[in-house]
Amino acid sequence: MPKRIETVVLHDSSTPVLGDTQKAGNVVLTSIDTLLNQARANSLWPLTFGLACCAIEMMGSVASRFDLARFGSEAFRATPRQADVMIIAGRVSKKMAPVLRQIYDQMPEPKWVISMGACASSGGVYNNYAIVQGADQVVPVDVYVPGCPPSPDALIYGILKLQEKIKRSNHSGSLKELRVVETLLPRDREAVQA
Amino acid sequence: MELLRDVIKPVISGFGITRRRLATPKVTVMYPEEKREQYPRTRWRHVLTRYESGLERCIGCSLCAGACPARCINVVAAENTDDVRFSPGERYAARYEINMIRCIFCGYCQEACPTGAIVLRNDFELANYNREDFIYTKEMLLEPMPIA
Repeated sequence: MPKRIETVVLHDSSTPVLGDTQKAGNVVLTSIDTLLNQARANSLWPLTFGLACCAIEMMGSVASRFDLARFGSEAFRATPRQADVMIIAGRVSKKMAPVLRQIYDQMPEPKWVISMGACASSGGVYNNYAIVQGADQVVPVDVYVPGCPPSPDALIYGILKLQEKIKRSNHSGSLKELRVVETLLPRDREAVQA
Repeated sequence: MELLRDVIKPVISGFGITRRRLATPKVTVMYPEEKREQYPRTRWRHVLTRYESGLERCIGCSLCAGACPARCINVVAAENTDDVRFSPGERYAARYEINMIRCIFCGYCQEACPTGAIVLRNDFELANYNREDFIYTKEMLLEPMPIA
């Protein structure tokens, strides 16, 4: 992921730029972060992953009454390769769990997961041998939406919560670390990596 | 002439449909800014209600927990004393917890409640980031004290 903005901060630890290079890097990377987060948060393409009745409400949220397109999420993708967010809509049976995991692994980074409804989030009324007691046992879940099923507006609230989370997220920490290591002189790099 | 007949005319008449549709009212509810009107029997977030005097209605009988098909309610009752009184009866709920993520909002708890303490109101904005945050305690569920 950091490869895209490799050319943004060009400095060498032996030739300091603009005094405090660390600060300069922060300014650039933070504004890129904000831009990236805005872009990511406002074009969340969900994956069509309806497992049960919650899927009907998920479809309803895209229809004209609630119109998920207002938040840039109307493009439901049928392939995990083109999706950003997986809305697990419905109970996850133990037989479905490996499929769920595989589809999640096939999604490109960055990716998020919304667990929609009581069954996907915790098992709901199906506290039995067949149902996974919460999708977070299989994939990392970002937002849980309770309800049985959640109404379209409740799901949209969950998506807005996810957007908030994405807008708050901070990549520059990991980027900066990588940047510093990459721009070090070979002997310093060895020292850091040791 | 053929261009006019085959291309321009259909396009213009096509936009005529768009123009007619523009006059009809919009069906979209602009959700975060305005919320749609909920139906009178909508069942969403639970509230533990109080009497006008400020005493809690809940008497800690656990009938709601027994009626719950998802087994998501936990009630621990304790005795009222004359000095420390929470509810009018003998007992009150010392702990009242609902696992909101397991709840299916069926309303059986509301039906089972002999005092009408637990009711499902229409606050649907419950989504959150951590599973731990969905254990709603008595403090979160209880109605604020009525203004005297």
